[in-house]
Amino acid sequence: MKAPLSSYNYPRILVDFPCCNERAIVRGNQIKADIYIQMIERLPKIYLYRRLVQAKLFIDKNYHEAIDLNDIADEAYFSKFHFIRQFKNIYGKTPHQYLIKVRIENARLLLKKNIPVADVCYAVGFDSITSFSALFKKLTSCSPANYQQAELKRQNDMQQSPLKFIPACFAGEKEWLQKRNFQ
Amino acid sequence: MITKMNHVSVFVLNQDSAYDFYVNKLGFKVNTDAAIGPGMRWLTVCPPEQPELEISLMAISEGMMFDSLAAQQMRELVQRGTFGFGVFECDDLIATYEELKAKGVEFTKTPTKEFYGFEALFKDDSGNWFSLGEKKS
Repeated sequence: MKAPLSSYNYPRILVDFPCCNERAIVRGNQIKADIYIQMIERLPKIYLYRRLVQAKLFIDKNYHEAIDLNDIADEAYFSKFHFIRQFKNIYGKTPHQYLIKVRIENARLLLKKNIPVADVCYAVGFDSITSFSALFKKLTSCSPANYQQAELKRQNDMQQSPLKFIPACFAGEKEWLQKRNFQ
Repeated sequence: MITKMNHVSVFVLNQDSAYDFYVNKLGFKVNTDAAIGPGMRWLTVCPPEQPELEISLMAISEGMMFDSLAAQQMRELVQRGTFGFGVFECDDLIATYEELKAKGVEFTKTPTKEFYGFEALFKDDSGNWFSLGEKKS
């Protein structure tokens, strides 16, 4: 749910709340959780945003761990289902979908470093190479091995013939083509 | 007939620092990082969902595009926040503002509803400023 612009009042950012106590209420009793959600919805919108952003940053930082959705909801001090709904409203993906995306993006970075596919799989938090490869291919239209091969070739080309990667106008600028041995 | 823009240059004081800012804070992806001679590096980054647009992080140094005087003048102008290089877009401005602020990005204008849209302004590590707007639905 997006905050109506009229409700976004910056001086209120400084307001803070005793959220640890609120979380305890949610875990203790579902009826109280409903009250909690009602209470949450009355809090300043900026406070909700900040907690969702913190949850997103939690995924960005801990993607390689065995993250449970409940952990992330806890991080944001939300009930699980309320959290999923709010997260998707802002980021266009459920927390789980976003976690997969972050893992695959980080896998791409590791594959570029010539780390074996199996090691990359476990390093970014997957338990199964089969599911990792399938998800990787689904999101990038390329298998991890093929992706790595293509990226390593590109990096090699970049080192051997960097001017291929530079627009001609810049490559031709002043000294760039002179006195260099990289042509 | 011009069909598209594929490169745009942003002049930065330090490419290592700019790399950290654009990649680790803004979340951009490195497209090309090539050494092209002593002290010369071609470094481009792309917004996460726009791989076809390379932003070239150009070092302001003598011998590339500038002579000594021009490089000095350019560095001073960039540091003073003279240049606004463009407008970035996000799906949710408040969330993006909160995230970037948490990562240490300096905003010179908090999210504000203007007659032309909902926008904030931030500076990169060199002093270049950008508008950040929310995608209009």
